[in-house]
Amino acid sequence: MSDTSLSTLAAQLAAKQVSSRELAQTYLDRIAALNPSINAFITVDPEKTLLEAAAADALIAAGQAGPLTGVPIAHKDIFCTDGWLTTCGSKMLHNFVAPYDAHVIQRFKAAGMPSLGKTNMDEFAMGSSNETSYYGAVKNPWDTARVPGGSSGGAAACVAARMAPAATGTDTGGSIRQPAAFTGITGLKPTYGLVSRYGMIAFASSLDQAGPMAPSAEDCALLLNVMTGFDPNDSTSLERDKEDYTRDLGKPLTGLRVGLPREFFAEGLNNEVAAAVDAAVEELKKLGATTVEISLANSKLAIPVYYVLAPAEASSNLSRFDGVRYGYRAPDYASLDDMYCKTRAQGFGAEVKRRILIGAYVLSHGYYDAYYLQAQKIRRLIADDFNEAFKVCDVILGPTAPGTAFKLGEKSDDPVEMYLNDLYTIPANLAGLPGMSLPCGFDSQGLPIGLQLVGNYFSEAKMLNVAHQYQRATDWHTRQPEALQ
Amino acid sequence: MKWETVIGLEVHTQLATKSKIFSGSSTAFGAAPNTQANAVDIALPGVLPVLNKGAVECAIKFGLAIGATLNRVNVFDRKNYFYPDLPKGYQISQLAKPIVEGGALKIVVDGVEKTVNLTRAHMEEDAGKSLHEDFHGMTGIDLNRAGTPLLEIVSEPEMRSSAEAVAYARALHTLVTWIGICDGNMQEGSFRVDANVSVRPVGQTEFGTRREIKNLNSFRFLQQAIDYEVRWQIETLEDGGRIEQATVLFDPDTGETRMMRSKEDAHDYRYFPDPDLLPVKLDEPWIESVRAALPELPAAMQVRFQNDYGVSAYDATVLTGSRALADYFEATARACGQGKLAANWVMGELSAALNKAELDIAQSPVSATQLGTLIARIQDGTLSGKLAKQVFEGLWEGAGEVDAIIEARGLKQMSDSGELEKIIDEVLAANPKSVEEFRAGKEKAFNALVGQVMKASRGKANPTQVNELLKGKLQ
Repeated sequence: MSDTSLSTLAAQLAAKQVSSRELAQTYLDRIAALNPSINAFITVDPEKTLLEAAAADALIAAGQAGPLTGVPIAHKDIFCTDGWLTTCGSKMLHNFVAPYDAHVIQRFKAAGMPSLGKTNMDEFAMGSSNETSYYGAVKNPWDTARVPGGSSGGAAACVAARMAPAATGTDTGGSIRQPAAFTGITGLKPTYGLVSRYGMIAFASSLDQAGPMAPSAEDCALLLNVMTGFDPNDSTSLERDKEDYTRDLGKPLTGLRVGLPREFFAEGLNNEVAAAVDAAVEELKKLGATTVEISLANSKLAIPVYYVLAPAEASSNLSRFDGVRYGYRAPDYASLDDMYCKTRAQGFGAEVKRRILIGAYVLSHGYYDAYYLQAQKIRRLIADDFNEAFKVCDVILGPTAPGTAFKLGEKSDDPVEMYLNDLYTIPANLAGLPGMSLPCGFDSQGLPIGLQLVGNYFSEAKMLNVAHQYQRATDWHTRQPEALQ
Repeated sequence: MKWETVIGLEVHTQLATKSKIFSGSSTAFGAAPNTQANAVDIALPGVLPVLNKGAVECAIKFGLAIGATLNRVNVFDRKNYFYPDLPKGYQISQLAKPIVEGGALKIVVDGVEKTVNLTRAHMEEDAGKSLHEDFHGMTGIDLNRAGTPLLEIVSEPEMRSSAEAVAYARALHTLVTWIGICDGNMQEGSFRVDANVSVRPVGQTEFGTRREIKNLNSFRFLQQAIDYEVRWQIETLEDGGRIEQATVLFDPDTGETRMMRSKEDAHDYRYFPDPDLLPVKLDEPWIESVRAALPELPAAMQVRFQNDYGVSAYDATVLTGSRALADYFEATARACGQGKLAANWVMGELSAALNKAELDIAQSPVSATQLGTLIARIQDGTLSGKLAKQVFEGLWEGAGEVDAIIEARGLKQMSDSGELEKIIDEVLAANPKSVEEFRAGKEKAFNALVGQVMKASRGKANPTQVNELLKGKLQ
């Protein structure tokens, strides 16, 4: 497809060169054509989409359009969406039609952006390959034998294949950034608390954060303007003045101090990825940035810490899926306990069960201090490392993932190998910092490589401009899979 | 062997907030099932709790009232377990950092005052209800109560008898209703008591193994359950048995406790801080504003009643049994200026009438102003005690104000000595035999004459005056 940047689409809509209905129909047609081979969507409902598009057209006609009114967007199936099936990638919610809209959905609706459907994801956002979805694996548009990353794999794949101009994602340990890297798009995880979690099905509450996924940093800035804002229904939502995340776009990078954590360029990093990231550093230097080596010494503990804390919270968050009030219930059972056991044994997949077991274990009597409390202490140390680093740099740069998209099934038998994929992304979640991934090249197999930026708290606007300036100087983010042209 | 009983109580008080602790649903009792359960209460996917500040204020009030430490930063934890009426699969409670720690409550048993120390009080949410009838072998779930705010108040194991336990529970009940944080309705479950009971040989310092009696919803059951449990534990030990730590239920029909679950069956609740809620921070202005709004507390009022109204320590305790009663007494005492008389009337005639009619002091048909006026009429000689009781009956029946009833029913005490002398003369003339007997030295005859005079005056004569005048005439 030609230029699908949100600013271009919005301009075409404003100039009445295209209607929202026509635009939505174009994307629905592309979904109909491509989704059978990519499996990026769990639910598509053209009738609902076109109704929302017609309402957007009415707003435009009435002169009440906002900056993105009429531009369609796809939503990760983790967001409760009034009247739509909301499965969270699980059999457990195979029949759950949400009776309310998540805060994020409300905001996109209020902005007049029609929903193209609900995107596939790892079950309850637990996974780095989108292979744990009850609704089948998502295929990477660059090579359908490969994974798109996860857990927001459907969102990343649908944007990469231009089945949607943009999508929402959520990121607990890298679930926006790693799939963005694997599919050659741009994705941002905001500062914890910037986007309301209300209506977003919880995986690990202290880490979960929703964010935008789109081809470019500029798109992400426009989407972030819609998504952020205080929500009294989320006690961890931050009460701050509304920001315009596009405000810094266009500022020169002269004097920008880029921190390069030596731990992120150590063993385990694929050579081609390292080379692409190095080249990106050189590009930023050309744009006026300087570099400084920093250390995030405790980040090596990020994975073990994460795999204590996230499962601990998840084991409790997922207790509500008990077959009593909604969702899946086992058809045959002999007693209450039997109903619970069978419902959860049949309703959850293997990865979800594994994490519930780990979580219940680390919280149990006699283990809590050694695991959960210890992990909380190290989490603090990891955040302290970042605080120190931001005294000498403005943004931290490194690879998003240690390698590029791997083959379907390649790592699904080895959970630890799979978990290592989030080595570079998890620290930002543990510290609550904003992070983003943007395309910075391709490996010898033609697979996209992701560059990660991590900024200080609330520095999204600055970070987005770093990415934007890089994207003005390069064209990686405009590349599309040839097979799908 | 002589045994000593050791009791500690855990009391769940339902806080008198209009909405639930983490959602905007109403907490009103008695609505149709599940009509007061919103998305948060039924734990739909994606919903989040938002703390009701009113519940925190109730806890602050309680902490201030018992002289406890208020933790300036306190934390909500998740208590994880599965039950159909627990929608999230966890209860939001406070474990490691409760809002209230320490504090104490004074009780009086058999005239002896004792201080019971409190361990802690923490905020938590109530669960829903499982309904096992009318569902043809299935269980119905009503989530109206799910998320109702509770303050769980835990005492130190400092009570040594069921009487002390009941006195403590009553004092606590009085206090929480007094400061308005709980409606105290035990039938509706607003005030539920768990009793931890153990026994040990007198002189032994370490505690015996305790058993916890769950969910006692009346003071009588509390007493019966503890008495039974203590007897059972002593018999078991004296028969050479051992007490196993357990949770038991009291059956009011048999008067016995029975095992609910043993220690082996105890849950591992896997507590951890709830990541959906920030730590609760109490700042000084907030605490001070709550303190300023606190009413005078029962203990302070008891001292003041003794000083200001000259009532006894015992009467002061009775009169501060509830805030409504104390307020009623004080209004009565102020209206008549007679503290002791007011105390006698409130604890005597009024309480008896209220008990008989099964009415609460707040529902009294006789207002404090009316009772005060009535007492003033006794004091100024308008009424004798006996007449006053008749006026009280009139007030109770709603026959009007005090003076109007006196007027209408002609109950005014005779104060005109001329009129009284006339009656006495008539009585003496009509009872020559009694006069003769009196003069012959029979004292009883004098009483008979007094009775005749009172009868002739239809009870309105002042008995003292009758005595004096009669003596004068007979000399």
